[in-house]
Amino acid sequence: MRLVYVTLKYLAVCLWSMFVIAPFLWALSTSFKDFNSVTGGATYIPWVDFEPSLEGWRVLLRSPAQGGVNIVEPYFNSIFVTCSASLISIILGTLAAYALSRFTFKAGFVKNNDITFFFISQRIMPPIVLSIPFFIMLGKLGLLDSLMGLIVVYIVLLMPIAVWIMVDFFNKVPKEIDETALIDGCNPYQAFYKVVLPNSIPGLIVAGLFCMIFGWTDFFFAFILTFTEVQLLPVAIVALNSSITPWWSLSAAALVCVAPLIVVAFIVERYLSKGNLSGALK
Amino acid sequence: MNFKHKYLFLLPGLLVLLGILIFPIGFTVRLSLSSWDSFFPGLDFIGLENYIRLFTDDLRFWEAFLRLSFLSITTVFLQYVIGFSLALMVWKEIRFQRFFRVLFLIPMMTTPVIMTVIWRTFFHESLGPVNDFFSLFGVTPLWLSDEHLALVTVIIVEVWQWTPFMFLLLLAGLLSLPKEPFLAASIDGAGPIRKFVYVTFPLMAPISIGAIIIRLIEASKIMDTVYVLTSGGPGTATETSSFYIFIKGLREFQFGYSAALSFTYLIIMIISLTIIAKVLVKLMIRSN
Repeated sequence: MRLVYVTLKYLAVCLWSMFVIAPFLWALSTSFKDFNSVTGGATYIPWVDFEPSLEGWRVLLRSPAQGGVNIVEPYFNSIFVTCSASLISIILGTLAAYALSRFTFKAGFVKNNDITFFFISQRIMPPIVLSIPFFIMLGKLGLLDSLMGLIVVYIVLLMPIAVWIMVDFFNKVPKEIDETALIDGCNPYQAFYKVVLPNSIPGLIVAGLFCMIFGWTDFFFAFILTFTEVQLLPVAIVALNSSITPWWSLSAAALVCVAPLIVVAFIVERYLSKGNLSGALK
Repeated sequence: MNFKHKYLFLLPGLLVLLGILIFPIGFTVRLSLSSWDSFFPGLDFIGLENYIRLFTDDLRFWEAFLRLSFLSITTVFLQYVIGFSLALMVWKEIRFQRFFRVLFLIPMMTTPVIMTVIWRTFFHESLGPVNDFFSLFGVTPLWLSDEHLALVTVIIVEVWQWTPFMFLLLLAGLLSLPKEPFLAASIDGAGPIRKFVYVTFPLMAPISIGAIIIRLIEASKIMDTVYVLTSGGPGTATETSSFYIFIKGLREFQFGYSAALSFTYLIIMIISLTIIAKVLVKLMIRSN
């Protein structure tokens, strides 16, 4: 009975693992193909099924004028936009979360929980609802098709995540530590900066990771609010898809784009195993 | 503590968020009362005409909405069942525990549209590996151009992409559970199934509700996957609300009408998610 149970468990886990890995393996294999081995039907193993070629990867390094694919510039744009928006969201979100966790606010019927809910509920907003007014608003401000404009929009996407994670986190940091700091003669800013923040690093890291994930993987706003001047990575890669579809360079570009955040999976797992995440995610 | 300072902590974030959001929302409402389109760009006032058209003469919107409800409920249900099973499997002793945990998290770290581009080649009807496999049995299903199957393909991709998120929230929950109830159950001689039904599941109810609601919120915005995988096709077979509004607004440039669509969609979303949350809380807490 126990043996059957254990066998089934490993079977299920391995099946799901294969499903998870399949598209990556397929993309990896495709990235080494050329025209003939793609259009001749599905092939899998290099040297056995098809003769590998490095064309797909070489194209990534060439400039568009030489028939290459332009992903180097979008890559840096993506990194810049994601990092700036995450940083601003984390700073503003952490300050607000600290206030919501430590002080009581009351304005009419609006209390702390309502303010917290207001922040978090912005995730309910479907991007499409904001897209048309943002399109017109950024157009009027001359921020359409610019990195600045995207950063402004991404703050709306990311700040709710930062507030959500940090409020829960601060609620678990004992109040006594700020009170002790105040008694020792710190003003509230020093207490926050010198005592509370250093104790909140795990929460800050988790919030930062989640902001990075949701910023890096967003496609919709970048797609609608930029055209030619600036391009973010997902948009650049989806644009490849609509042309005659050179699957080899498409796969190579996709793998390059997806790679950096896979490191994040390792970091998140670390936190999970140490039990730090359960406090931050509730 | 000095209470003057508390506003200095709260206000920067709150004001930035309000500042960025007030205009778009107010503008959407105002725009929905106008006939702004590519022929006549400007804010005139036509009253509730757009809303009347939406409620009386736009079957496509309501079809898209039903399809979206079906898609989100199905995908979130599958994600919950699979995510919970996976979390339970790697919760306790298993070989290569860390390897499996990392692996199961990876899909949510990848950019959905980019993986969808890969999935498109994966499900390609003549050149992809899926039909290469099925051709062994002499069939070649039309994964992307059959109207029912295309919906299944969207569900498969969504489940692949977002089960990890469910898995992450549920595993974090499992790891934070107290040990005593399990010990007590063991002493009473409960087997693994009874332990799950009477201890694990009730303890996990609040976390489950949270995870399901978060995923439902995110799933109700499905749009990227559909855009890349099928472009809403064949015909309108995989069109969701967001995608329909996108076509009306940013392809046909009927700004006024699409603002009315957006606003209605937002209101329906808020109301239905609130109801679902209340019902879930009732169901799962009562089952204890």
